[in-house]
Amino acid sequence: MIKKDAHTQHISKKFNKEMEELKSHVLEMGGMVETQVHDAIQSLVEADSALAESVKRNDKSVNVMEVSIDEECAKILALRQPAASDLRLVLTVSKTITDLERIGDEAEKIAKQAIQLTESGQAPRGYVEIRHIGEQVKRMTSDALDAFARFDAESALAVAQKDKVVDMEYSSAMRELVTFMMEDPRSISRVLNIIWALRSLERIGDHARNIAEHVIYLTYGKDVRHIGLKKMAEHVEAKK
Amino acid sequence: MTNAAMNNEIIEMTEIEEPVSGSRGHRINMADLRKGDEAESVEKQKICLQINNLNLFYDEDKQALFDINLTIPKNRVTAFIGPSGCGKSTLLRSINRMNDLIDGCRIDGEVLLHGENIFQKTQEITDLRRRVGMVFQKPNPFPKSIYENVAYGLRLQGVRKKRMIDETVEKSLKHAALWDEVKGRLHDNALGLSGGQQQRLVIARAIAIGPEVLLLDEPASALDPISTLKIEELIAELKEKYTIVIVTHNMQQAARVSDFTAFLYMGKLIEYGKTDRLFTNPKYKQTEDYITGRYG
Repeated sequence: MIKKDAHTQHISKKFNKEMEELKSHVLEMGGMVETQVHDAIQSLVEADSALAESVKRNDKSVNVMEVSIDEECAKILALRQPAASDLRLVLTVSKTITDLERIGDEAEKIAKQAIQLTESGQAPRGYVEIRHIGEQVKRMTSDALDAFARFDAESALAVAQKDKVVDMEYSSAMRELVTFMMEDPRSISRVLNIIWALRSLERIGDHARNIAEHVIYLTYGKDVRHIGLKKMAEHVEAKK
Repeated sequence: MTNAAMNNEIIEMTEIEEPVSGSRGHRINMADLRKGDEAESVEKQKICLQINNLNLFYDEDKQALFDINLTIPKNRVTAFIGPSGCGKSTLLRSINRMNDLIDGCRIDGEVLLHGENIFQKTQEITDLRRRVGMVFQKPNPFPKSIYENVAYGLRLQGVRKKRMIDETVEKSLKHAALWDEVKGRLHDNALGLSGGQQQRLVIARAIAIGPEVLLLDEPASALDPISTLKIEELIAELKEKYTIVIVTHNMQQAARVSDFTAFLYMGKLIEYGKTDRLFTNPKYKQTEDYITGRYG
């Protein structure tokens, strides 16, 4: 298991600095993405198309950030040939920023739905679900990033477990909205906008879970993808 | 290979349950792959060398190795890594009793080569060194011709037939990936070769007498990067026939060439396991600190 200050103890001070910078850049990008998600949800719920437009614009900065962090990773791999926990940090960063960038894309998609909705009049149903699931995936994203910052596999596990709850709430919201559309076919196109936004939120939850899985790999060196929550919990428990 | 053929192969590979032969002659056990880093399969290999409770003293109060227990698998490359003075060369030299030459050196414990203790009284030392060849950091060819360098061991063993010597010289030089570079000038002085070539010549000399184990003590540290890669490539080929134990300060090299890695620190064996696992997820902090370049 690695500790939070593990990347400041290299003999090479320059390497320490590079690793610290890499970490803080990821957290910076994470902060940007969190804001994007928050703004996208708000723009949809409050029918604020100006805010939605700004979300669309800001997605470009997220993309630029992804490319530049990836370059940093490539540089460290080429020049430092990191091993063990250093290698795991670089790999984790490289994967995490892909998930962050996708979260950014989903936020942009939500913003697009918000713009369409403001143009076509408010949807009759679904705002409660958006707000509720939105809050949850926002919390998941920021918890996953906190877990990354602290190399905390236990809270990462909690994020992964929460994804299951989100998935369940997503499908029950979906059932409800489908029923509503059957009862009131005139609302279909507007309710569909809500459904797409919900779908994006659910995807954000999945990406947050991916980040949490990367964090467990980073901390314990155990790849916990595709093994199910129960086994994941067993592994974390075993290494504690 | 066409795409369809490749797809078929992938499907076949994923369906196989039993151990299969991999492309480089490795035995790949699908169950091991699935278990990932838990497949610590030193125990599953055929054993070549078994080191039991080895303690080595250079003086009565200067102990260099502390209770080393290690199993070195057959036809695999095992690397010893560790900081200067940690005892990795000493351990390597114990395997063909090079430490016998040092006054006051005392060794407890045993080293079993295919089950027989090399320290037992009846062990003939020349026979041991024929079975366990060694290559050092600096290439040390004899000041003789290339041909004579390789033939030297054979002549010592009493081989007289020229045809047989010719054949072995050619075979050994080919094995050491040097034949194509020197076949036109076998009777030139070996000291005229480049450092990398000299090192491969020394390896050819070591394998000419048909050893079972090759001990390589920093074989590439005095060479340029291209020669180093050639030596590394050679090591990968040689392990099909020999068991190789290598000491290296270059950790990337250990990670590239070896199947198993042992980390030694202050004369103690700290960690031993599959190279892939040890370099991505070491179990002990000391190993982690060493391979990532941290303060110990």
